[in-house]
Amino acid sequence: MLSDSDRIFTNLYGWESFGLEAARKRGDWDGTAAIIAKGKDWIIEEMKLSGMRGRGGAGFPTGMKWSFMPKTSDKPHYLVVNADEGEPGTCKDRDIMRYDPHKLLEGCLLACFAMGAHACYIYIRGEFYQEASNLQIAIDECYDAGLVGKNAAGSGWDLDIYLHLGAGAYICGEETALIESLEGKKGQPRNKPPFPAMAGLYSCPTTVNNVETIAAAPTILRRGGAWFASIGRPKNVGTKVFCISGHVNQPCNVEEEMGIPLKELIEKHAGGVRGGWDNLLAVIPGGSSTPMIPRDICDTVLMDFDALKDVKSGLGTAAVIVMDKSTDLIKAIARLSKFYMHESCGQCTPCREGTGWMWRVMERLARGNARVDEIDMLIDVSKEIEGHTICAHGDAAAWPIQGLVRHFRPMIEQRIADYHEVQLSGHRMAAE
Amino acid sequence: MPTLSINGISIEVAPGTSIIQACEQLGIEVPRFCYHERLSVPANCRMCLVEQKGAPKPVASCAMPCADKMEIFTDSELVHKARKGVMEFLLINHPLDCPICDQGGECDLQDQALGYGFDRGRYLENKRAVNEKYLGPLIKTFMTRCIQCTRCVRFADEIAGAPEIGLLGRNEMVEIGTYVESAITSELSGNLVDVCPVGALTSKPYAFAARPWELKKTDSIDVFDAVGCNIRIDARGPEVMRVLPRVNEDVNEEWIADKSRHAIDGLLLQRLDRPYVRKNGKLTAATWPEALAAIAARVKGVDGSKIAAIAGDMADAEALIALKDLMGALGSTNLECRQDGGRFDPANRAGYLFNSTIAGIDQADAFLIVGTNPRWEAPIINARIRKRFLTLRENFKAAVIGSNLDLTYPYEYLGAGPQTLADVAEGRHPFAEELKNAKNPMLILGSGAVARPDGAAIQALTGKIDVSREGWNGFNFLHRAAGRVGALDIGFVPGEGGRDLDGIFDGAGTGAIEIVYLLGADEIDMTKLGRAFVIYQGHHGDAGAHRADVILPGAAYTEKNATYVNTEGRAQIARLAVFPPGEAREDWKIVRALAETLGKTLPYDSLGQVRRRLADAAPVFLSVDSVTSAGPASFAAAGTVADMPFVMPIENYYMTDAISRASPTMAKCTEEFGVGGQSAIGQIGTGTHG
Repeated sequence: MLSDSDRIFTNLYGWESFGLEAARKRGDWDGTAAIIAKGKDWIIEEMKLSGMRGRGGAGFPTGMKWSFMPKTSDKPHYLVVNADEGEPGTCKDRDIMRYDPHKLLEGCLLACFAMGAHACYIYIRGEFYQEASNLQIAIDECYDAGLVGKNAAGSGWDLDIYLHLGAGAYICGEETALIESLEGKKGQPRNKPPFPAMAGLYSCPTTVNNVETIAAAPTILRRGGAWFASIGRPKNVGTKVFCISGHVNQPCNVEEEMGIPLKELIEKHAGGVRGGWDNLLAVIPGGSSTPMIPRDICDTVLMDFDALKDVKSGLGTAAVIVMDKSTDLIKAIARLSKFYMHESCGQCTPCREGTGWMWRVMERLARGNARVDEIDMLIDVSKEIEGHTICAHGDAAAWPIQGLVRHFRPMIEQRIADYHEVQLSGHRMAAE
Repeated sequence: MPTLSINGISIEVAPGTSIIQACEQLGIEVPRFCYHERLSVPANCRMCLVEQKGAPKPVASCAMPCADKMEIFTDSELVHKARKGVMEFLLINHPLDCPICDQGGECDLQDQALGYGFDRGRYLENKRAVNEKYLGPLIKTFMTRCIQCTRCVRFADEIAGAPEIGLLGRNEMVEIGTYVESAITSELSGNLVDVCPVGALTSKPYAFAARPWELKKTDSIDVFDAVGCNIRIDARGPEVMRVLPRVNEDVNEEWIADKSRHAIDGLLLQRLDRPYVRKNGKLTAATWPEALAAIAARVKGVDGSKIAAIAGDMADAEALIALKDLMGALGSTNLECRQDGGRFDPANRAGYLFNSTIAGIDQADAFLIVGTNPRWEAPIINARIRKRFLTLRENFKAAVIGSNLDLTYPYEYLGAGPQTLADVAEGRHPFAEELKNAKNPMLILGSGAVARPDGAAIQALTGKIDVSREGWNGFNFLHRAAGRVGALDIGFVPGEGGRDLDGIFDGAGTGAIEIVYLLGADEIDMTKLGRAFVIYQGHHGDAGAHRADVILPGAAYTEKNATYVNTEGRAQIARLAVFPPGEAREDWKIVRALAETLGKTLPYDSLGQVRRRLADAAPVFLSVDSVTSAGPASFAAAGTVADMPFVMPIENYYMTDAISRASPTMAKCTEEFGVGGQSAIGQIGTGTHG
């Protein structure tokens, strides 16, 4: 369990003010210029040393991502912060921006300096009105205090931070769609290559990072990469904000060390599963796109990238959605399928056509109005989508269904049998 | 130069080549829907997926650049599985209406479904239906068939410069549309039908008319402007069903303009299908011997100097040389092919050619456009200039003297008349400096700019602007008429002591000219022909036929083997696709027959012999399909320039000649877009599209 002294987000619950003064008391903006004085290479090396993996869901090593930015280039560089938090079940970035925005802004300065960017765009989800408001207040405070702007924080580095509100499309959380949207275009993911580090915003070198990643950077750089790397398991290090929701007694956000057992996480911080651990049916461990895991896996699984990957799921955004035995899993996944159908940008064929197909089949499966071999067909369709699309939205739509069928196929078959039994008895009665 | 292997075959390609292009170089077929060589690459159809060794998932070959030591497989099981999946997705919401779809038989989806489709459907849900859209009188939509490849969107955005259509909405409800329903305001809109891989956008005039396998396909040349677009004429029996572009990188790439494509229904209407002779003031049907005898009777005893001939815009070189020889035999030098009244020195070949060539536009870096609206006078050339703009972007420099119109690329508007031209020519205008500094400057002089009394002086004035460089002639004369350069090369112009257009009009008024021979000339003021005896040879009952005393029914461009020289000086051969209707005959044969009746038998009996005569008259006819350079242009100063603004010669793009005036489709376009509506004449703007 994470000790209080190792917490990064010390105002995650908003017990103190989000303002600059309170943030300074919590240690933000402390010695920022001194860190910058150590140079770009030092910052990137330290981030590499920390072993930080991106907190947006894919878990790409942050230090390596930063090092991909060209060292010399005649084009401006940009940092884009992805604050378009839309993954169902996830609400970590929201609380960071609402209660601890100065962590993010200080991280923006350090990251921008490390990557040679003089402009930083924070693309925030349009629905996060309160958060955008708080963040804008914090940005204004920074400008007033000289922490952002010309010679930001006395470091000699010029930085401007712009806040941009999205218009509520899930797909704009995909980094290249986000860039398109930021450019004023329709939010549709781009093909890669070229990667944003080569040609991103306005075709200039760009790095897109999650809010939590950037907000953790100042503390990592202050306390050293080695400190961060000492928490958790190898390759899965550091602290992580988990969002626990669903059938638990006390849904919450909590910062914990990576690799904490799922059971411990739920029991210690969320007050346990409603009706006790034995009442647990399944957990979606990392936001709606990760495949669910049944109770027997939940008993022992550790909450980090590799452990969850080993059980064919993923850490994703670490949004733990707990479902007890009152849950109609098939209906729940059908609802997620509808979400992914609705949020598909419609650009590329497999996702555009496939997500609607899967949703319709899921709706029928939820009622039982299907044939058993349609389960296999559904899996086949999901495999036809997975890996064939421009962005990962297709994968995200396919995985929850694959997870359901992998672990709960008998339940679906039973549903089908029940449905046909009812239909049949109806016919029988009518015949009599 | 990356070297990669595709299916085990090693290939070295130029940097930046995509995998699909490398596959094409090797002759390996990769299925695709959204990818089009001339458009940007969205990689959204996912049909062209290939396997890359070491990559975790299949890659889109159209968007992936080749890299060194790449190993690509286009035929593996993984690839087939992926493509079959994509095909299944494309088909689930695509209607199974191939039997009633106009694209049937030439549909990319149909063809590729043969290779990658399942033999039965697994989709048991309801199919999507999409409302039809109205895109104007030329494009018929059936949007349920759309597979959202966005080729049409990219064509309109990039090539046509009419960013009016887009992909609206999201998820499976995305639709192609204009948002606010309106016709596509582009002269190139017909190409949207060609780029559409399925039957979502089809040709409205051609709807339900024919199946591709019923059509006889003939490679030919377009005559609705002087670009000389390469076309394919698809005919069924005696009827031309449609016209499609043919690829010619040096001329039209693979596009044609709407008039070239859709004016063809005019070929069935208002046709002259038998000779007529005016008797007692009324045109009455006659036989060929009667008509020729009537001419012979009138010509008999008339001195050659009292006979004149005017050639129209679509006159082919064979007919022109035959008529010139006949006029010579009759002793007349009163020949004129510039029926628009153009005045320039016809002996100076470089002075009337598009010397930089159309493909040369791809090298040009500064444009001065004088007295022309290229968007209407030569839409394909205009599109080529826009293509250059897309390449150069902020380094693209263009200026216009004439009318301030939307040309689909930004330009600097310098002024309306010759005064501004004189400022540039004499270096007083800042744009003169731009031209001077340019590596390959292009000056484009419209044919309308010299169709005025001071035309020769204007031509000489533009000649003062130095646009020639080592190996580069930047002086370009932009013609509107397909037959004009051929006629000029043959020398169908006033000879020794001959009369020009005004001279012929004067003579006809005073009686000095007694007989006028109109070879398809309809765009002159017929009232100026006075009491002259008019022989009209042509294919449509237009102004000329109305005035005529004898009508000799000729063949339209689809009905004869004929040579046309385009504005670059490129001789190209149009071929017979259907036979002329009724009694109508190929034009040179008519002249040949008339000459025999008049006792002046011409020394050729076959097309081959006529062409040999043509080659003697002008060497350009020896080298068909290539540009015969005219060398540098030189102009003698000729008179003073009047201070009146240039007038755009085309008032209505859709009706410029006898065929398009007879075309119901062109009438619909005129109604839809209005006379002068499409090019936004009078709209204040700089044409900053794109």
